[in-house]
Amino acid sequence: MQVTLKIFRYNPETDKSFHYETYTLEAEETDRILDLLEKVKGYNDGTLSFRRSCAHGVCGSDAMRINGRNMLACKALVRDVGDKITVEPLLGLKVVKDLIVDMEPFFDNYKKILPYFINDSPLPADGKERLQSPEERARFDETTKCILCAACTTSCPSFWASDQYYGPAALVTAHRFIFDSRDEAAAERLHIIAETDGLARCHTAYNCTLACPREIHITKAIGELKLATITGKI
Amino acid sequence: MANIHQFDVVVVGAGGAGLMAGLYASRTAKTAVISKLYPTRSHTGAAQGGIGAALGNLEEDHPEWHTYDTVKGSDYLGDQDAIEFMCSEAPQAVIELEHMGLPFDRTPEGRISQRPFGGHTNNVTGKPVRRACHAADRTGHMILQTLYQQCLKNNVTFFDEYQVLDFIMVNGRAAGVVAVELATGELHTFHAKAVIFATGGHGRIFEVTSNAYAYTGDGAAILLRRGLPLEDMEFFQFHPTGIYKLGILITEGVRGEGGVLINGLGERFMPKYAPTVKDLASRDVISRAIYTEIREGRGVNGKNYVWLDVRPESVIKYAAMDGRTNPDGSPYTITAEQVLQKLPDIIDFCRVYLGVDPVTQMMPIQPTAHYTMGGIPTNKFGEVVIDSKNTVFPGLYAAGECACVSVHGANRLGTNSLLDLVVFGKHAGLKAAEYAKHADFEPLPQDPEAEARAQFEALRNGSGKENAFDISTEMKKVMFEEVGIYRNEKGMKLALEKIAEWKERYKHIKVRDTGRIFNTELLNAWELGNMLDVAEVVAASALNRQESRGGHSREDFPKRDDANWLKHTLVWKQDGKIKIDYKPVTITKYQPKERVY
Repeated sequence: MQVTLKIFRYNPETDKSFHYETYTLEAEETDRILDLLEKVKGYNDGTLSFRRSCAHGVCGSDAMRINGRNMLACKALVRDVGDKITVEPLLGLKVVKDLIVDMEPFFDNYKKILPYFINDSPLPADGKERLQSPEERARFDETTKCILCAACTTSCPSFWASDQYYGPAALVTAHRFIFDSRDEAAAERLHIIAETDGLARCHTAYNCTLACPREIHITKAIGELKLATITGKI
Repeated sequence: MANIHQFDVVVVGAGGAGLMAGLYASRTAKTAVISKLYPTRSHTGAAQGGIGAALGNLEEDHPEWHTYDTVKGSDYLGDQDAIEFMCSEAPQAVIELEHMGLPFDRTPEGRISQRPFGGHTNNVTGKPVRRACHAADRTGHMILQTLYQQCLKNNVTFFDEYQVLDFIMVNGRAAGVVAVELATGELHTFHAKAVIFATGGHGRIFEVTSNAYAYTGDGAAILLRRGLPLEDMEFFQFHPTGIYKLGILITEGVRGEGGVLINGLGERFMPKYAPTVKDLASRDVISRAIYTEIREGRGVNGKNYVWLDVRPESVIKYAAMDGRTNPDGSPYTITAEQVLQKLPDIIDFCRVYLGVDPVTQMMPIQPTAHYTMGGIPTNKFGEVVIDSKNTVFPGLYAAGECACVSVHGANRLGTNSLLDLVVFGKHAGLKAAEYAKHADFEPLPQDPEAEARAQFEALRNGSGKENAFDISTEMKKVMFEEVGIYRNEKGMKLALEKIAEWKERYKHIKVRDTGRIFNTELLNAWELGNMLDVAEVVAASALNRQESRGGHSREDFPKRDDANWLKHTLVWKQDGKIKIDYKPVTITKYQPKERVY
């Protein structure tokens, strides 16, 4: 089948402003949008720039807007998005070149919520693992799936308004540690996310949940965090 | 020469091995980790089924059994001292990951859960043993995230999205690396006492692959061009279960949970090839079995694929036939809900890419290029060794998939790659930091960036009569067909002729993007050069080895030949020519014998 691919283009070294370029190419229904971008880069215009690596939805490099919605280009198939396809960079982060955005503010926010396991208590005397029941483990299973692709954070109207907002991805990581029975810094993290640029900026638009390629129920996770800051219970 | 950085230790690559090395080296040495991707994009994150360690949490198990299974899996080409070292370090390595916060699945008692995996057995009964420690089917993702998080906690210095282009060696010692900052196009020199390569594999030289775009053999190619040897490059693993055509990995954990392989006639065929462990034989054995079924006309609908069946009713049926039981002795069963819970990503891949629901339908699969067993030769401390006498190159280290210790020999067992990168990443980091404590900086050459700059210039100034994408597409197809699962002299000679032709054509490509900022066209063209260099030594080493062993199957030499070929290959590229030498395999406890599963 023939598809038309309309791509957002911006070269900071030559362009005053962005523009769109449209390419018509042969495609299979099962082609990934990433496959189409590779073809355009290989045969139409080598300067087209985008990030990609694993090509099957687990590394998080190729989050972008496809027909207006945040998706991973390697996980969106032609049959899912139709034969008229518009591809644009994520919103809310500065466009560096074509489909590449500046990820630094995103990772800076991630780093604010102490995104690492904290437990300074003595290790088990038998030299083995800390114990955790399957139920305790299941409590935070979903939020361990995050691949930091930024699809959620850059779909959030509050993040568009201010990139100081930690954003859904950072809150998902906070949830992953706060609800881990082995971690000891829940109180500290709850204090951090209760700040002005934290939970208060979430207005439950649900965009993040719809955008997540890992199908994490992000709005629900944020809701659980809000409840925890109010009740003090986790 | 504006951008010169100085660190005691520089780690190239930020997957599992690089992060582990960075974490350990940074405890005592000023360390930088340089990565062409953001660290959490590294390919370790795609590993699914588990990490092997004889914890014995669900049944009796011993590091000695793990050692023997790994030796046997390697088709006796693995170095037994290194294998024993890795398998005895394994339980502590996994416990350490748990202490770092890694969310392993749990047993009812709250311990780390384990599942069976191909080639891992109870050495008394020969039956599969539960040795793979897992976090759903995203164990690699959890290792990558956990290690990156611990690096942040410990303030490790990262240079994200910097592509390393060259290795600087002075007076026969390591002196640093040259890298390009992708966001600016500027070259940077990292002056260092010790350099650790943890750059991953080169599975992108093949058409059907489970590997990331980033897997272009950069580290191996850089050192090859600097005159260093690579080891056992003929050994590449084809994983039996990739999604048909796409190559996306379907974890062996599917078969660990009771899934079986079915041919086009609806028959379960693995009992013919591996009567004891059947669908849990090692990967080379199963990939060959699938190919044999397809060649003999028992593929599905005459096509190049077979089925993988994890529908609960099938799992229960075949588990009963095999007499498989739970740890408490009751018959093994599984429900649709448990399949969803244990293999969520696999279900997701099949639904997205195939429109198939594995709970109610079978999955079409074919073998997919998966893992680089060969690589940069090292000893068990991660020190790079450069000849048949294992002479150490001072200040240079390698770990993870880019390295060849060799613990995987001719065929790697599933779950041993994650183990390899955690154990040897750690030791390379420790060893490099210790070396840096006593070593001085070698003086930098006058223009350390000259070679890197020349490579880029050549790509910019080509005639433009050739297209890089065409060369790349042809290379992948020919490598998969002629230097793939089955090989013969004619096919490999053809591949080598083609490689020479592509290398010539490569000189005539032209990068049209003249910009500095994120010039991904230039980067991809440079990566293609690495793939061509690596493909050449893969094909040459494979043509040279006149036997079949592990992942290297010659139609013209179908038997293993210990009398002549129980030895490692070392390959150099010198003055434009391939040079091959050998070194002995270290055998301690296990004498080679016929390999039956």
